[in-house]
Amino acid sequence: MSQVAWRHRLAERGIDRQLWLLVPGLACVLALFVYPFAYGIGLSFQPAEGGVFGAYRTFFADAYQRDTIATTLGLALPAAILNVAASVPIAYRMRGRFRGKRLLTTVLVVPITLGTVLTAEGLLNYLGPTGWFNRLLFFVDEPIRLTNNYWGVFFSLVITGFPFAFLLILSYLSGIDPTLERAAATLGAGRRQRFQRITLPLLAPGLATTFCLTFVLAFSVFPSAVLVGDPAGSTRVISIAAYHAAYEVYDYPLGSAIAVVMGVVELLVVAIVLGLRSLLYTGSTGGKG
Amino acid sequence: MTGFEELRLDGVRRRFGGKDALAGLSLTIRRGEFIALLGPSGCGKSTALNCLAGLLPLSEGSIWQDGARLDTLPPERRGFGMVFQSYALFPHLSVRKNIAFGLQMRRLPRDEVRRRTDQAISLVRLEEHAKKLPGQLSGGQQQRVAIARAVVLEPSLVLMDEPLSNLDAKLRLEMRTEIRRLHQTLGLTTVYVTHDQEEALSLADRLVVLRDGRVEQIGTPEELHERPANRHVADFMGYRNLLPMKVKAVHGEVVAVEGSGLTLEGTPAGPVSPGDDVVAGIRPEDLHEGGNGVPVTVEVVEYQGRELAVEARTQSGVAVHLRAATRPSPGDQITVTATPSRVLVFPS
Repeated sequence: MSQVAWRHRLAERGIDRQLWLLVPGLACVLALFVYPFAYGIGLSFQPAEGGVFGAYRTFFADAYQRDTIATTLGLALPAAILNVAASVPIAYRMRGRFRGKRLLTTVLVVPITLGTVLTAEGLLNYLGPTGWFNRLLFFVDEPIRLTNNYWGVFFSLVITGFPFAFLLILSYLSGIDPTLERAAATLGAGRRQRFQRITLPLLAPGLATTFCLTFVLAFSVFPSAVLVGDPAGSTRVISIAAYHAAYEVYDYPLGSAIAVVMGVVELLVVAIVLGLRSLLYTGSTGGKG
Repeated sequence: MTGFEELRLDGVRRRFGGKDALAGLSLTIRRGEFIALLGPSGCGKSTALNCLAGLLPLSEGSIWQDGARLDTLPPERRGFGMVFQSYALFPHLSVRKNIAFGLQMRRLPRDEVRRRTDQAISLVRLEEHAKKLPGQLSGGQQQRVAIARAVVLEPSLVLMDEPLSNLDAKLRLEMRTEIRRLHQTLGLTTVYVTHDQEEALSLADRLVVLRDGRVEQIGTPEELHERPANRHVADFMGYRNLLPMKVKAVHGEVVAVEGSGLTLEGTPAGPVSPGDDVVAGIRPEDLHEGGNGVPVTVEVVEYQGRELAVEARTQSGVAVHLRAATRPSPGDQITVTATPSRVLVFPS
């Protein structure tokens, strides 16, 4: 049988022979991601004592450890919600074309490039007890504490997460055909009704996706929780607990177990949001994508 | 229904980046009229429609509805219905909800919304599809939803922006009849934008021909078809032969012209005197083969059902278009003539 015929027979079964080009990439993914990941999960079931679920039992039995879930959710959920909520009106205003749009977008997006450590340093200098912010508030007796506590980490999450959410939402918005709002206007819908009845429902699936991504980013917060937070108390997030277990106590199984718990919590939140998203209209929005 | 007796556009001008997209359009639309804005792309016809709808602010001029000034109102307060070229149906709402949208925006009682939506759905014969989303409909059905959505409000004016341009030829003819039927039944005042002269002639009571943002001619379909004001309108009205010529003599209502390898007699469509450079406009169907006319050489023959479309070249190398009943072969020498009353001579 000739080569061409053989390829056709494979193609009829949905097999493209060019697929073998994927092998190097697949090997890298297996070796560098899937194997370590599976190894970590396996490790979490092999604690020194306490049987298969010993490490998990240790984590959930200790309130100091267990509470890190709530602490992290308490930071990540509000930060993600604020990032999405603040991006919507700004992106909505900026969806058209206007002079200076590129400059404004750049200014809004710059924090993404700065990295957490620089942001943290800036926050410490600006919002710290002797920073500019508190000097401007000279009339207040006690300096307002906005660093080395919950708020420091929260601001850091907003500063680094906002540009990300903004860019995503801006692209979702530009995917909505602007004629739809004009049509709604000719049908008697005011500005507010147009947004509520047309744009928002079409944007909602995008908002859900954006929320998931910013939430996952915020949930794995580590550097800013240490640098501008209170890593022993109010901002002892779950990644600190994992780091502590693995690299300070050298209890690798417990560290792995905490990492797995972290992943499961993220997956739960994402699953809930995506479940709600599937109830929405998710088809074409008529725009240029 | 908040009808008006007349809607007056007074020197409406719209500039884009210092260039006039629409330069001083003045037009009075009477109640119940079907007006077509006709012109090639970029002539300002869509701009005019968007200015009327309130989607584009005017640079100059004003729009008056009877005694009230309209151009300062936002689109949602003008009470006009609009059908967009892309239909602009709300993709997340069912056919029924799309049509009911405008009624709900008016905060009408629930019963009335249901009744009028039902009426509109049956008007465009979409009863079976009422629960579907726009994405599940064919182009023609989407078009009908768009029309129903605009007319359900019984607007004082319906604006249509090339509503048939996304349909295939057969459906376009059907929908054209449908739109004319709707206009006859509902009597809604309509402004219709198109670049298709056939569409405009068959639908409209009055046509406005635009070119480069300026009005070239306003008139009834018959007026435009028979007496185009200038060569540009003639070009648009199917005068495919626009031949540069020179006036030889003027005898009252008959002008003798010569040039492009032809000698013809025609009717002046403006002041002409001997020696003037002019353009003679002749429809292909008015240029006949035979008689003792001008000799031309056949170049291309196209079969068009009842007749044949022929492109021939005169002895001075100018292309002319005519219709023939029998099939000539390329390269044949034939002679052509035209009745003087069917040859329009435009001053250039």
